[in-house]
Amino acid sequence: MHSEEHIIRVENLTRKFGSFTAVDKLNFYVNKGEIFGFLGANGAGKTTAIRILCGLLLPTSGKIEVAGFDIYRQTNKVKQNIGYMSQKFSLYEDMTVAENFRFYGGIYGLSRKDIREKISYYLHKLRLEKKKNAIIKSLPLGWKQKLAFSVAMMHDPKVIFLDEPTGGVDPVTRRQFWEMIYEAASAGTTIFVTTHYMDEAEYCQRVSIMVDGRIEALDTPERLKKQFEADSMEGVFLQLARGHS
Amino acid sequence: MRIILFILQKEFLQIFRNRAMLPIIFFVPIVQLLVLAYAATFEIKNVNLFVIDQDYSPSSRDLILKFKGSQFYTIVGYSEAFTAGDQALINNEADQILQIPADFEKKLETEKASSLQVTTNAINGSAASLMNAYALSIIMDYNTNVILETLGLRHPPDPISISSAFWYNPELDYITFMVPGILVLLVFIIGSFLSGMNVVREKEIGTIEQVNVTPIKKYQFIIGKLIPFWFIGMFELAFGLAVARLVFDIPILGSLGLIFFMAGVFLLVALGMGLFISTITSTQQQAMFITWFFMVVFILMSGLFTPVQSMPEWAQWLNKINPIAYFIEVMRMVMLKGSTFSDILTQFFSLLILGVLMNILAIWRYRKVV
Repeated sequence: MHSEEHIIRVENLTRKFGSFTAVDKLNFYVNKGEIFGFLGANGAGKTTAIRILCGLLLPTSGKIEVAGFDIYRQTNKVKQNIGYMSQKFSLYEDMTVAENFRFYGGIYGLSRKDIREKISYYLHKLRLEKKKNAIIKSLPLGWKQKLAFSVAMMHDPKVIFLDEPTGGVDPVTRRQFWEMIYEAASAGTTIFVTTHYMDEAEYCQRVSIMVDGRIEALDTPERLKKQFEADSMEGVFLQLARGHS
Repeated sequence: MRIILFILQKEFLQIFRNRAMLPIIFFVPIVQLLVLAYAATFEIKNVNLFVIDQDYSPSSRDLILKFKGSQFYTIVGYSEAFTAGDQALINNEADQILQIPADFEKKLETEKASSLQVTTNAINGSAASLMNAYALSIIMDYNTNVILETLGLRHPPDPISISSAFWYNPELDYITFMVPGILVLLVFIIGSFLSGMNVVREKEIGTIEQVNVTPIKKYQFIIGKLIPFWFIGMFELAFGLAVARLVFDIPILGSLGLIFFMAGVFLLVALGMGLFISTITSTQQQAMFITWFFMVVFILMSGLFTPVQSMPEWAQWLNKINPIAYFIEVMRMVMLKGSTFSDILTQFFSLLILGVLMNILAIWRYRKVV
């Protein structure tokens, strides 16, 4: 049973903007519970691909299944089963921490009791209980990112898409963020993450590298390093990116 | 339904937390009502008259005194030269020139008839005809005096006596005429701008993406954005009506319930329009321009300032999709005439159709997927 194990299946995904092909015939799958790294230089097409998988953007062509549902016909079922954290601010800056949780929990259909439990669970985990009624605007970026991740996880999605979740945060917070990612993965959530940081690529179970709208390499970090005879993922990435520019 | 409640809760939180919001809600209506009601008037209370008197006779002096005595006239200069009058008109110092020729009194006495010239700055046509009417009535009055004095006749009885009665606005008070219309603008501005800007702002900040990845339904989103501003619009109307009543003593002859009911329907149009525009634009600037464009056309064609009946036929047809025109009619009819629901059925159904249409368009155009 393919679709049981593969939580994301992408066949020949293409997206054009006018004459520009942002994403060109992508083929890949993501295993259930996997941490899947989605790498590429700026403008390589990562964000376009991730937005298509989240149902924010229509593909020009291709067959896509997320969480066992067809992205075209079962869009709302897909959306009920995924979480998304974009590189832009996804929380309402003029609302408090608890109000943001309540709003998103509410529109995912959680009961008020569930929402209350989730708020105390996540705030306890992040040790931000005292910040429950703080306005988001007043918090440092790292905390906002961790909160945004928690909000995106609130409805227990099967897959969570993280689009450069650690952009601009300090190394300590990045480390903590990855601990949260591991924890979510070990609880069975599939993680689909894009990043600029090559050290973070090493934390992923499998990594795909996009160059100019195409996937040029896809494997575990170890095998990729062996294949490209590099010491680190950074070496792999540079070889691929250079070869095409 | 539960989901809509969560959206409402969030919208109200944000609205009342926004520092700019309270001034908008309270300041805008007061300024609009006070400034527009007093300033936007067609009555001309002061005409600057330049007098060219080449006669210097008791008769010419009497005539000038009549103008001087009128509450509408200020005499800004005297001269014997035509050119001085022209110059005053060109320099905008005078609105009107009264020219009395040298043989004015002589002709009156010898020929029992004489002539005068009144020149009016007619850049603003309606103001000019009004000033002309003022001048004519003063001269007519003078004329009657001359006839009585020189011919020694008693005032001849009018063969037909005309007595006019002005209904619904007996004192022809301009403010009474304007205020119901200004209230309509107020409700429209709040409705169309606030709702549209709100959605576009979420687009600009990026939070709308986060909402779009949720399984929320399009109609839930639109209704959630509509209801808060519907309430604010209704509140604005109540506040505006209270100001109109307390400050201007505007009569409200019809039923208040009917006014609010119709305002509720009208707000659906305004909000639907704002929301629809927000779905086809991506920045607040674009949304602002488009809303502004429609608003200016709607207002100028609405009959707020100029009567719809005197517009060309195509313009009257165009007004069939002008929500402001319908609601101004309703407000004037209900407030000043005491019209009832059966009198405004046309306006009700027109607004209802427009409202449903705009909101269906907004829901249809709102794209969760690009």
